[in-house]
Amino acid sequence: MSVEGIQSRVWLAQRLSAMVLAVAVTVHLGGMILAVQGGLTAAEIIQRVGGNGVAASFYGIFVLAAAVHAPIGLRTVLLEMTALNPRVADGVAGVFAVAVLVLGLRAVLGFYQLGAV
Amino acid sequence: MEDMLAVSIWRGGEDGEFVSYDVPRLENQTVLDVVTYVQRKLDPGLSYRFACRVGMCGSCAMTVNGRARWTCRTHVSRVADDGRLEIAPLRNLPVVKDLSVDMVDFFDKWAKAGGAFSPTKSRADDFAAIPPGDAKRRQANAGIECIGCAVCYTSCDVVTWKPGYLGPAALNRAWTLVNDTRDGLGRARLRLVAGDDGCLGCHSQQGCQEHCPKSLSPTAAIAGLKRAVVVAVLKGKL
Repeated sequence: MSVEGIQSRVWLAQRLSAMVLAVAVTVHLGGMILAVQGGLTAAEIIQRVGGNGVAASFYGIFVLAAAVHAPIGLRTVLLEMTALNPRVADGVAGVFAVAVLVLGLRAVLGFYQLGAV
Repeated sequence: MEDMLAVSIWRGGEDGEFVSYDVPRLENQTVLDVVTYVQRKLDPGLSYRFACRVGMCGSCAMTVNGRARWTCRTHVSRVADDGRLEIAPLRNLPVVKDLSVDMVDFFDKWAKAGGAFSPTKSRADDFAAIPPGDAKRRQANAGIECIGCAVCYTSCDVVTWKPGYLGPAALNRAWTLVNDTRDGLGRARLRLVAGDDGCLGCHSQQGCQEHCPKSLSPTAAIAGLKRAVVVAVLKGKL
């Protein structure tokens, strides 16, 4: 595949993940505003999302979309605002993507397991 | 109205400096008239570029009080309310001397974007019949009046940040040809304008259409190219 083809797909992936994030962030913020009406404690959060498969799936998709979207944006910022070699920027964005994905999914799994105990 | 204008003009190359001149204020006076007065009456060493003086050739663009403008059609009364003018070369292009910039990069990018018409018929063929109301023709017509003045290019922050970026004028030109049913370059042109340095590099900040003296919208042209790229990607043609 040509360089332009790859770059076009990366660009499209960022737009599609942005669409997912627009919905996910809205649901997340709305859920939080509703949830804090009953008080914001660790126990209350765990009671709500712990062991909840729907919440875990929702936040899993949220993390996946964030892990696609943010590193592509970071790569663009690095290419435009620094003198980094494009391959180095690709590498930094790749590492960031893996970090967001691993840390995010670990948090989702952790909350899910807390409720299952 | 003041009797005199306080004019600062950039002199020298990239590391030059502003030099002050006093120029008589006239009732009906363009910024190009002011620059011409300075060269003819005060400082014959001043370098600047112009040709038609009627807004057709696109050669007299300069930065006037911090904003890129076509100087032959910019009246002093519109830009120098306090009787002061600061005239500098266009940014995003190397300064050759004084107000003249090197336009090579700017026009090379038109070629890189597939800006040359690629005919599908010869002169032996009959005229192509294209109805004026044709949707693609209307899209092409929307951007066809570009005069190549580089005001959009010099007003684009993405060009500043990413020197390889093709820029609004070249991409606008490509979009007019994508919509020209007589042109035969097709997807090959789309490949030229896709990618990080092509239409996908645009952040839609709209500085180009805000500053375009012809009131064109390169932003809309670039958005059209983005849509065409997405369609090509989804069809597996790019």
